Amino acid sequence: MLERALTGDKRYYRWLMFLLVLMGLGFASYLYQFNKGLTITGLSRDVSWGFYIAQFTFLVGVAASAVMVVLPYYLHNVKVFGKITILGEFLAIASVTMCLLFIIVDLGKPMRLLNVLLYPTPNSILFWDMVVLNGYLFLNLLIGWNVLEAERKGVHYPNWVKPLIYISIPWAVSIHTVTAFLYAGLPGRHYWLTAIMAARFLASAFASGPALLILLAFLVKKYTKFDPGKEAIDKLSQIITYAMIISLFFVGLEVFTAFYSNIPSHMEAIEYLFFGIHGHGRLVPFMWLFLILAIVALVLLINPNTRKQEKTLKIACLATFFSMWLEKGLGLVIAGFIPNPFNEVREYAPTIPELMIAIGVWATGFFVLTILYKIATSVKEETAPSI
Amino acid sequence: MKIYDARYVLIGLAIFVGLFTIPFWYNMGRAVPPPDPKLDTPVIQQMAVKQCVLPLAEIRTGHMQLLNDWRTWVVRDGLRTYVAADGKTYNMSLQNTCMDCHSNKTQFCDQCHIYAGLEAGTVPYCWTCHIAPKENQ
Amino acid sequence: METSRRNFLKISGVCALGLTALPVADVFGESDLPKAIKNPQALTGQHWAMVVDMKKCWEKGKEGCKDCILACHAVHNVPDIGSIKEEIKWIWTNHYENVFPGQENEYNVKNLEGRPFIALCNHCTNPPCVRVCPTQATFKRPEDGIVMMDFHRCIGCRYCMAGCPYGARSFNWRDPRPFIKTELNMRFPTRERGVVEKCNFCAERLAEGLLPACVEACKVGALSFGDLADPNSVVRKLLASHFTMRRKPELGTQPNVYYIV
Repeated sequence: MLERALTGDKRYYRWLMFLLVLMGLGFASYLYQFNKGLTITGLSRDVSWGFYIAQFTFLVGVAASAVMVVLPYYLHNVKVFGKITILGEFLAIASVTMCLLFIIVDLGKPMRLLNVLLYPTPNSILFWDMVVLNGYLFLNLLIGWNVLEAERKGVHYPNWVKPLIYISIPWAVSIHTVTAFLYAGLPGRHYWLTAIMAARFLASAFASGPALLILLAFLVKKYTKFDPGKEAIDKLSQIITYAMIISLFFVGLEVFTAFYSNIPSHMEAIEYLFFGIHGHGRLVPFMWLFLILAIVALVLLINPNTRKQEKTLKIACLATFFSMWLEKGLGLVIAGFIPNPFNEVREYAPTIPELMIAIGVWATGFFVLTILYKIATSVKEETAPSI
Repeated sequence: MKIYDARYVLIGLAIFVGLFTIPFWYNMGRAVPPPDPKLDTPVIQQMAVKQCVLPLAEIRTGHMQLLNDWRTWVVRDGLRTYVAADGKTYNMSLQNTCMDCHSNKTQFCDQCHIYAGLEAGTVPYCWTCHIAPKENQ
Repeated sequence: METSRRNFLKISGVCALGLTALPVADVFGESDLPKAIKNPQALTGQHWAMVVDMKKCWEKGKEGCKDCILACHAVHNVPDIGSIKEEIKWIWTNHYENVFPGQENEYNVKNLEGRPFIALCNHCTNPPCVRVCPTQATFKRPEDGIVMMDFHRCIGCRYCMAGCPYGARSFNWRDPRPFIKTELNMRFPTRERGVVEKCNFCAERLAEGLLPACVEACKVGALSFGDLADPNSVVRKLLASHFTMRRKPELGTQPNVYYIV
């Protein structure tokens, strides 16, 4: 099936070349980081995780959100998801790839990466995150590939795939739960020390992931002869609506607990994010942008007329994706370190090489995604009944 | 038997073999002097019995394993004294014990490491943390 | 036997996996190795702890004294990077309201304001850094409770820095060697780029029968080091006769650095 990725029109190759250039720039920046050390990033003694880990956290959510098409299709026999499921699974593969790359570029000693396997440490959540992420990658590769190959041959997928599909459903939940546990179990990081962290992560994932999936489905529909189906997009947009409402509700819960209890350490990170403290407020504009985008998304999603119209739905999806990216992919990780354990504010901003590396990783993810979607849509075009 | 696309297969194979054997081509015709590790440091010369912590054959082939064991015992197990086969005890330390005698890193360690094609000072990367002895050159 | 390319690839894959079992076989093949023992002259304890008498430090020490810091950083080849962002420190000072955040009120801060408090790794009884480390590169020594760093194993993920509620850990964002401003201590290694470091309660000095460098360097005896498991130890006597504080006790980490104010 892989050979389908090798044939395409000019636009397809141009897009791949464009991604390759970005990947090359990212790789060059990474070589620079590899030689100089992480000093080339904006990270510091006080904010020791930043843009890389934030992207990682956000993308685990996008990967986990594949369950939002897999679960209805395979467990509840929601037929309308039949065509879009493979797109969800392949999006998960690309996302997990990016997650793993973001972890690697964040390491101070990347060549010692395999120490995690050499000295397995079950008390470390990071060890479990490695296990569940790699497991999820392999599950989706096996399932997506076999189901698609069966479809190409016009047969039912092999029986041994079925249990894997069932396993992949709780497994998707596990990857984001474990990722939330990375943060939620640390004493002294009050912004992260919340029991609803995993729930928050899942809710925002089920909004941002399907939002991206809808946008991708529109792109696929535009550029190929494969139509994922209006009903599937309708259903997905309903899922996004609920997930977005729950997501913002959860953020509200955090605000209530912090401010009604009036415990300074619980309020400080939120104050820093939305108003700034001790005269520092680098993230304030981003957090207000998050709020505005979230409200725009909610208005467009809750109203059935705008939700069902392609144009407004696209805007709603973009707004959902970027608002969640700001909240989770930026604010959550950085504000966990502010103020630092000495109640001092040391701010963080990513540097140019740091952003270049991140763009390189995103480009790699989209490269993988493009190849996988090319294969999937080619197979779908071939097997579609001719009219 | 017929090979499909024989031309491409053979060209590909030739390129592969060429690339794979690059180390041989790269070093061809270059005379590399055999390693000559020197033992003429002041400390070693003053020793009555010139004996390392292990017999020569064992230390020559197994020094990396020994260093790894020392590392584990010292850093992780908190044991810092090594009891050799002859009952003699040593402070397990690359920087302090090994290099006290072998204070000539460039004439001793590097001799074989470079001959074996390891990048001097980089592989094995002992010396990014451990401080190499000062040599008067 | 007929074999397809597919089967051939399958079998090679399984064989390649089998090769990974080699190290397991090596472990079983190991012979008896010569023994490694504890240094006979080592100071031994079951539960090392430190008592910092800030009163003594302020009242008897000279203004701006940094003897403990300088001694520690010189002995351990701690670099002076010269930027707050990449600062590396094993023992340092900060204000009361920073070392004990949330414990200040507007009246006591007036008395304590500007007064330097000594901060270092607490060698917690329940260390979160050890709990989170994915490779056991940081670990708690079972025999004496020191929280150690294994610089050979650290992958530089910095999860321990997120886990430590005391800001005791520093990361080598760049090669530290050019920034070692003190005379190089040839008996102790430096660190390299990409690993986390922190106070090790002078494990290397204890092994030689010496007290930690900071304790030894303090001329007014404000720092005391000893074994909490020994009722006659200097630290137990100080704890019995003084009111002491620990940093962030509510987190359940059980710090082993105590403060007399």
